[in-house]
Amino acid sequence: MRKIKMRLLQIREIAKDTIEMKLEDDYITKVANPGQFISIALPNHTLPRPISIADIDRENGEITLLFKIMGKGTDTLAGFIPGTEVDCFGPNGNGFPLDSGQVDKVLLIGGGIGVPPLYYLGKRLEEQGIEVKSILGFQSGKYVFYEKKFESLGETIIVTDDGSYGMKGFVTDAVNIIPGFDAYYACGPTGMLRALTEQMKNKTGYISLEERMGCTVGACAACVIPTATEGSYKKICHDGPVFAAEEVML
Amino acid sequence: MTHLQVELPGLKLKNPLMPASGCFGFGKEYSKFYDLSLLGAVIMKAATGEERPGNATPRVAETNSGMLNAIGLQNPGVDRIINEEVPFLANYDTAIIANIAGSTVEEYEEVAAKFNLTRNVHALELNISCPNVKEGGIQFGTDPEMAKHVTEKVKQASDKPVYVKLSPNVSDIVAMAKAVEEAGADGLTMINTLTGMQLHLPSKRPLIANKTGGLSGPAIKPIAVRMIYEVKQAVNIPIIGMGGIQTAEDVLEFLLAGASAVAVGTANFQNPLILPELISELPKVLQKYGFSSVEEAIGKAVTG
Repeated sequence: MRKIKMRLLQIREIAKDTIEMKLEDDYITKVANPGQFISIALPNHTLPRPISIADIDRENGEITLLFKIMGKGTDTLAGFIPGTEVDCFGPNGNGFPLDSGQVDKVLLIGGGIGVPPLYYLGKRLEEQGIEVKSILGFQSGKYVFYEKKFESLGETIIVTDDGSYGMKGFVTDAVNIIPGFDAYYACGPTGMLRALTEQMKNKTGYISLEERMGCTVGACAACVIPTATEGSYKKICHDGPVFAAEEVML
Repeated sequence: MTHLQVELPGLKLKNPLMPASGCFGFGKEYSKFYDLSLLGAVIMKAATGEERPGNATPRVAETNSGMLNAIGLQNPGVDRIINEEVPFLANYDTAIIANIAGSTVEEYEEVAAKFNLTRNVHALELNISCPNVKEGGIQFGTDPEMAKHVTEKVKQASDKPVYVKLSPNVSDIVAMAKAVEEAGADGLTMINTLTGMQLHLPSKRPLIANKTGGLSGPAIKPIAVRMIYEVKQAVNIPIIGMGGIQTAEDVLEFLLAGASAVAVGTANFQNPLILPELISELPKVLQKYGFSSVEEAIGKAVTG
């Protein structure tokens, strides 16, 4: 974990309210794992913005971050221009397990702005010879992004709430279409994760959680989640954001 | 050579900067960013008699120039803090201040007595000003008689110097300061957060689950400076000042108002290196305004 400045190389809107940033970096690209996140310190804001890592190009020292414009902070971030030195620290949190041994086929399940970290995860899993298939859920067609990128990893099903693109429904409706996976990796809104973990109780699964954070490093205890053990809590930013599906109470 | 050392009851500080309680956990997270031996002291997160799970989430919300929090004193309980957290901090060459909280006077006494037997804890910070728990905390901090009573009891339970953390959520902070001074407090820390609230318009709901929370950050700095100034005129015990400090100039402002040392809280979140940065910048700022030491600047606000 270090405090660094990353130079913004490229910024573009890739779907409605969804911004993709490419940044130059020679530290995080070397040490970060899929599922970890970067904290961005914005001028005139009190709290850092935690943003998950969507992709890393180790060779060229480039990191890709995706975020959705949700409020003043992300709106400010969306207005950054190439060349800006962005104040960051990280990588933070624990990522997805990559060396789970007996896994041959995995299913990635993403919802909305929970989709980005699964892309870098999928790439790393595929490099290891693991078969990767994906289900990506979005509100509607105008929010869909990274379809082709996920297709390059393996079969990909797009689901939209209103059916304006791909299959109509929720990611939970699409899970049964893809049989025979050894483990699933999911990231998205808590409601989606709750439904998924309930539906796939007997499967090995890892979920990445979202919560409003304070310090983003585990010091302030703002972003906690109760664990399956009564009365016990985990810090999402520090102990997560990735947890084994049965570890936390959603 | 600018002298940064400050001597306070029970504390020989190499510099006047320390993290504020609750914003720094027990130091482990920030020790990944820098050597904690750089710090004048560390004020640990509040300890209660038993483990506390804290409030429902969301527990924080950003505001203009600040943030609201309602963590709810989540902590593993005093015994685990003594066994698992203090030994880690004791590896560093920095003073350790234990923040103690409770629902009853007896709980404060129990926690204070346990830290009294903990060799590496140098002083206690008596948290009578947490605005975010239903019982304990704030009611001790808003009634001078109760504040006096709990301070006396903690002083009896412990030989360590006791710094009482004052709440700004009172109409007369000088009366509170005098009451705890009379009860034997060795020093004051001030200010804790101001109770605030923020609504989310689409849902019409409060942004934090506890409805209200404590406001911190640069938004409260002028209030902290004013209160420290007023209290400094009325008491003879030293003050550790806090409330929205972000720059070395802010540190000097607190010293001039009457603080002998300062704590930085919220600013750690945006910049994990804020404390070492302020420590290295402070000598320049002191020199710029004509001071050759921290002690020289304390209480030098010119108001006549």
